[in-house]
Amino acid sequence: MRIGIVCPYSWDVPGGVQFHIRDLAEYFTGLGHEVSVLAPADDDTPLPPYVVSAGRAVPVPYNGSVARLNFGFLSAARVRRWLHDGAFDVIHIHEPTSPSLGLLTCWAAQGPIVATFHTSNPRSRAMIAAYSILQAALEKISARIAVSEYARRTLVEHLGGDAVVIPNGVDVDFFAKAEPKAEWQSGRARCAAGGPVDDGAADATIGFIGRIDEPRKGLPVLMRALPRILAARPGTRLLVAGRGDEEEAVRTLPAELRSRVEFLGMVSDEDKARFLRSIDLYVAPNTGGESFGIILVEAMSAGAPVLASDLDAFAQVLDQGAAGELFANGDAGALADAAVRLLADPARRAELGERGSAHVRRFDWSTVGADILSVYETVTAGAAAVAADDRATGLRARLGLARD
Amino acid sequence: MTATLIWILVALVAVGLYLSWTAGRLDRLHARIDAARAALDAQLVRRASVTQELATSGVLDPAASIVLYEAAHAARQAEEDQREVAESELTQALRAVFAEAQQVDEVRGAPGGEDAARELAEAVRRVPMARRFHNDAVGAARRLREHRKVRWFRLAGHAPFPMAFEMDDEPPAALTERTAAA
Repeated sequence: MRIGIVCPYSWDVPGGVQFHIRDLAEYFTGLGHEVSVLAPADDDTPLPPYVVSAGRAVPVPYNGSVARLNFGFLSAARVRRWLHDGAFDVIHIHEPTSPSLGLLTCWAAQGPIVATFHTSNPRSRAMIAAYSILQAALEKISARIAVSEYARRTLVEHLGGDAVVIPNGVDVDFFAKAEPKAEWQSGRARCAAGGPVDDGAADATIGFIGRIDEPRKGLPVLMRALPRILAARPGTRLLVAGRGDEEEAVRTLPAELRSRVEFLGMVSDEDKARFLRSIDLYVAPNTGGESFGIILVEAMSAGAPVLASDLDAFAQVLDQGAAGELFANGDAGALADAAVRLLADPARRAELGERGSAHVRRFDWSTVGADILSVYETVTAGAAAVAADDRATGLRARLGLARD
Repeated sequence: MTATLIWILVALVAVGLYLSWTAGRLDRLHARIDAARAALDAQLVRRASVTQELATSGVLDPAASIVLYEAAHAARQAEEDQREVAESELTQALRAVFAEAQQVDEVRGAPGGEDAARELAEAVRRVPMARRFHNDAVGAARRLREHRKVRWFRLAGHAPFPMAFEMDDEPPAALTERTAAA
């Protein structure tokens, strides 16, 4: 099958949607399908062979943060060129409502179109205003996929229609088989693994991964909870992986506690897996803006016990609290209590780790990829291949003269 | 005077273009419904044939075989207005027969059973997908057709008012779990 995938966000900047598309493309390539990904990228960025650049993305404030998007005449021309050259059997658009390549492709293509909705924005005024503009383009999508039941609900409420739920995929074994790194482990975990005894080592390590300067990732909540956690378990160390201003992040923390926080900066995929394998507790204090929570699945894949805020999306990924513990969103006190209780109870942590490992199998690429392929096969059965939609964008159409 | 006439003419042309564009949108939606309906039909027929194949294979006990054969046969023979009921009954029969994971294991253990079980699991997973895509297209078309401009100017022409396909399509848990574990 010839599959065209459209990524709305810049390939230069790592992000959840980009990783999802990369893994998806590699999974399908592995199965022998031909995959081409259209993504915004700077001209000098090295791209994998399957990615076609749609030109440089422009940073624009959108949806509460600065997004790098593609729009305008030149991008539309590149989209049409890609559609024409690719001769795809199916195209898979990610985030078709963001004003970027996804929407442009919807507008310019006809044929079997599959779309995945990643975000679940609360109803915004812009959305209501854009509704009639979006509707005409979104009507062309033959199959909609939502990444969680929560994302599906927002989709149904905002845009009408329906979608099938297929979660984001994770290469479970990549995380499950990663080698723990001694410097990120607590003294006890290192001993148990046969390592040298080191009295200076931490009692326990708590892990956090995410942008430091993005308040919705929730690091400030964790920072507010930290003094109480350290008061109860003074040997605890907090490891933070992610980019952002480190000085700013610890500003609210008393000076004497700052040494208990260690910033690792951006980590590679390998290090992320090793990081999750090493820590004693993974904390996800996100305060909103999450529709899935891939990082929780990754942490569970690595066997790390998870403590997360009770966002709808997180509760669903954690099987309503069976595969990981939940605390009230934004409540630093509740976070501190739960963390202290879990750090004091190795048996409970081991139990959570085990349940998590069993639970994540359904998020493995082998399951998720097969489901997405089923969607492709359902919409392509008997349908013509994807083509540029001349009715929508040709001059004749704009004058209303074209009738098929 | 001439200026007013010209403006009226411009306005009329603009309205005409808009209506033509809307008719094009509606036309595309109807085409999408047709494609989605064909896909749904294909998945339903596929599910019924796999079920019938299993029922006549002798892998299952006679009682289960008869239940499945009856349901699959009825689903394939159903008249258009009885289709939703017959397909729902096939779903219920499948759920009843494959309620236990052991039943699925038994099928997989038989010669050629691995393939049959996989095919059935795929079919029961794809029917809900195809149905959701179909009903999604139907919903979009209905919303547009209920709009004033479409009703007043009869932009839908003679196309029948699209109907959703309503049925019970909850797959048997034992079957879908097996695919998740495999």
